[in-house]
Amino acid sequence: MSFFEVKDISKNFGGLMAVNGVSFEVERGEIFGLIGPNGSGKTTIFNLINHYFPLTGGDIFFKGKSIKGMKTYQICHLGIGRTFQVVKPLKRMTVLENVVASAFCRVNTLKEAQKLAMETLEFCNLLSAKDKSAASLPIAGRKRLEITRALATKPELLLLDETAAGLNTAELDEAIELIQKIRNRGVTIIIVEHIMKVIMSISNRIHAINYGQTIAEGTPEEVANDEEVIEAYLGESYA
Amino acid sequence: MKRSQLTAAIVALVFVLFPWVVTSDYYLHLVILALMWVVIGGSWNLLAGYTGQVSFGHAVFFGTGAYTAGIFATKLGISAWWGMVFGGFTGALIGLLIGWICFRLRGPYFALATIAAGEIFRLIATNWESLTEGMVGILIIQTFRSKLPYYYLALALAAASIWVFDLVMKSKLGFYFVSIREDQDAAESLGINATLYKNISLLISAFFTGMAGAFYMNYMAFIDPEVVFSLHYISIMAILVGIIGGVATIWGPAVGAFIMIGVQETFRSALFGLAPKWISQSHVLVFGLLVIFVILFMANGIVGDWPKIKRLFVKGQ
Repeated sequence: MSFFEVKDISKNFGGLMAVNGVSFEVERGEIFGLIGPNGSGKTTIFNLINHYFPLTGGDIFFKGKSIKGMKTYQICHLGIGRTFQVVKPLKRMTVLENVVASAFCRVNTLKEAQKLAMETLEFCNLLSAKDKSAASLPIAGRKRLEITRALATKPELLLLDETAAGLNTAELDEAIELIQKIRNRGVTIIIVEHIMKVIMSISNRIHAINYGQTIAEGTPEEVANDEEVIEAYLGESYA
Repeated sequence: MKRSQLTAAIVALVFVLFPWVVTSDYYLHLVILALMWVVIGGSWNLLAGYTGQVSFGHAVFFGTGAYTAGIFATKLGISAWWGMVFGGFTGALIGLLIGWICFRLRGPYFALATIAAGEIFRLIATNWESLTEGMVGILIIQTFRSKLPYYYLALALAAASIWVFDLVMKSKLGFYFVSIREDQDAAESLGINATLYKNISLLISAFFTGMAGAFYMNYMAFIDPEVVFSLHYISIMAILVGIIGGVATIWGPAVGAFIMIGVQETFRSALFGLAPKWISQSHVLVFGLLVIFVILFMANGIVGDWPKIKRLFVKGQ
């Protein structure tokens, strides 16, 4: 039994097959990369995992149990956290309040929630911004807040959706460091990313998709040299 | 003792002593109504201001509470005061029914659905004559001739509502309500059962509004569907109280209630008899102007924009 398994999932929006028969398994403690060109269905897979959309077909297993049909909030309680590619800060709340709200997923009193939130903020190096309004954060801060908030729900599996997009070089290194720190804490990570520097340097294994279908899976080196992957990214003549 | 607690204590003391300083029944009556609006405005604010579910139908809960008390007296022959206990529960029950149906909708669609709910309840109360006496209305005999008991009851209800709302907003519930308002999808992904917590917010809101309705029945001793299920005297008024005072602030609706009752009475009485009579027809117009003014210059209401207002009057800041 693997820690997390996606089995032959598919999703169609009307006539469009956004995801078509994708399967992969993730082992506990690894960083699993999910890559593919724009519109290939990466975010849709995340949306299927945390039931933002219902599955058209297939099944998803977390620690051996099917999570198909569970509600988004139940999946979070089960231990699967996620961040959004288009960040969703709770704007008219402070950074601390954002994280407190998510910490209530695991504790019930304000005191405990504040304690958990402060710890998580410190872990993610965001403590200095705790009293700022979430709306006032620049993009790097917002991406970091997304991670902090998801982490405060104490997930065992964390889905990171393009947390490095839009960051400058220095911020990128910090993001990579943070992701590795989270993994070292024992959180399994599935990461969707366009920036190859990030995904190639931190992933244990990578799963590549195009047009909603699997084209390759393996170590970063294997995937980077895979003809179909190169073709998908650069076109046929480069393959 | 914190400064906010001290302020609350002073405000409470002023209100407790008020009827011993101002003995006029007329002014007492106005303050009683304002205190009742503190409860309704605060309830609306919990659902709309904090949870982001804008209701145009709070008359439903107010009317249900009022009719619960009225029907207790006329049909069951027991004191309408029992309505103060049960009015909250019937209001909350109707709240759940409406939540069950209307929370499938988001944003403006939810707001529209609550308008419809208000009209449905007004028509039910108008036409179900065997239960509600229809347009004839329900008349009971007031228990007290003095206004004092009503005053203190309204004060207790207002204080209790503010205390409960404050407590709720400092708890898990409060954080969840605001999260849902800010982004329902993000809230769901953080483990928040949005449907459940929206219903809890509505439940608390409807409970206090129902109690206020039952109080109204006992105090005014007469209700009819056009008054207690009124879209603009109750539902819209609840919104105005919230917006003028300050949406998503604990004290906003309390301040808003006094301002709205003050403005309403000033114009209804044609500036206390000093202005020509036609002015008395104009209070709705004045409400409109007031809302435009508040939205343009203090979008967060009087309490929400208090620091801004203070800066206007205090030099050198």
